Amino acid sequence: MKRAGLAALVTGLGSKGAFALDTVTLPFGNGERPLVRYPQKRPMIGLTSRPPQLETPFSIFNDGPLTPNNAFFVRYHLADLPYNLDPDKFTLEIKGKVDKPLKLSLKEIMKMKATEIVAVNQCSGNSRGFFNPRVAGGQLANGAMGCARWRGVPLKTVLDMAGVQSGAKQVTFNGMDGPVSDKTPDFVKALDIDHARDGEVMLAYGMNGEDLPFLNGFPLRLVVPGYYGTYWVKHLNEITVIDSVFDGFWMKSAYRIPDTPNNAVEPGTAPKATIPINRFTVRSFITSVTDGGKLKAGRTTLRGIAFDGGKGIKEVAVSTDGGKTWTNAKLGKDLGKYAFREWKLPVKLAAGSYDLKVRATNNAGDTQPMDPLWNPAGYLRNVVETTRVTVA
Amino acid sequence: MTSKLLLTLGAIATLSIAAATAAPLNYTVPEETTTFKPGPNLDVVQNNCTACHSADYIKTQPQGEKFKKDFWQAEVTKMIKVYGAPIDDADVGKIVEYLAATY
Repeated sequence: MKRAGLAALVTGLGSKGAFALDTVTLPFGNGERPLVRYPQKRPMIGLTSRPPQLETPFSIFNDGPLTPNNAFFVRYHLADLPYNLDPDKFTLEIKGKVDKPLKLSLKEIMKMKATEIVAVNQCSGNSRGFFNPRVAGGQLANGAMGCARWRGVPLKTVLDMAGVQSGAKQVTFNGMDGPVSDKTPDFVKALDIDHARDGEVMLAYGMNGEDLPFLNGFPLRLVVPGYYGTYWVKHLNEITVIDSVFDGFWMKSAYRIPDTPNNAVEPGTAPKATIPINRFTVRSFITSVTDGGKLKAGRTTLRGIAFDGGKGIKEVAVSTDGGKTWTNAKLGKDLGKYAFREWKLPVKLAAGSYDLKVRATNNAGDTQPMDPLWNPAGYLRNVVETTRVTVA
Repeated sequence: MTSKLLLTLGAIATLSIAAATAAPLNYTVPEETTTFKPGPNLDVVQNNCTACHSADYIKTQPQGEKFKKDFWQAEVTKMIKVYGAPIDDADVGKIVEYLAATY
């Protein structure tokens, strides 16, 4: 019933481009995208409209280490969104293997002692469009990431209030968004109990000093510092403590990476065994000039950002000769080990063509590969990026 | 165009009011702009694919010789087996034919 109705509705849409302000072309095959306008958002790169998926225009990352709420990327899996939710009636349920199941209103959560953390959220499939060979999935450039100051209460606080029972193994998280068909597995994610109680995993209602934008999970979302966005469940209203390893589709079958030393396999092949995706790999970007850009001959300052899965950035090195020689950049203010770390480096360039490269190393000594790693789902991209510029 | 922009601005205003008075949100998304390209079995594709997602899911996938029948067969199979899409057996081949011929 619902199916036929929706099909008819979509067929009837004739006003092509009604909200497309313009188009951008991402730097890979079939990369043309509309720039789209949504409530609470500035023009964003439109990947899909139902459910909405929006990518951040990359130039925004040159504006500072915190990504504005109205530019923060949006990723949903399933198209039944709680567009009419009432924050006054919203409740978060904590249940399962707990002594005292809880149902908390938003007001009750906001009255608890709040904490803040600056942390990057990045989609597992950020940069998937650059994979070679290409793989199916959301064809994103580098804009499915962002860094914000999140405000909320530690997940540990509410788990302790509920009293986790002995034998608890994992905690599952479900949001108000769900599938259109009851045959489609609902989007539910799980963390190990110790991770859930580490004091850093947060129930966040604030983002950069404001409420969460609707499309970023209003009124409450999970913040899992250092972990890929798939765990950052939006519109979070159901937390269940379980005494087993959760076997729902979105943990058991989806969002898996090869169980190999660098989580990669030979391009085009399938892994023998997989594990759930987890922490970010180390990444860094030049933001002051884009690939194919132009610079004036003489002195210029290259700028950019780096981040990792929570060890913190130790060093950022820049090459202006395609990777033959490297110079350490000056790191910007440290906003915490989960945040974007700004860097800058003054350079002097004569007229000509340059391959600029940037490579970060974290406090554990992890760094970025010079050649891209590959996995069938298009996750974890962290190759040393090359920005080709012309200096004149 | 203008009236639609006003609609969007209206939605933004509704949202800020919602924040102040805590009424239901009524977040309004813009209408879908991508349609399926003309091709064989278009009606079958529209009847089966659009219930759960918009056409841009298909339009934005990698294109070229390596992304034809086998690629789309795998995608349609995934939609049925993993996401529970209620697609009749008789329609599967028609959908794959459309996708391979059109994208």
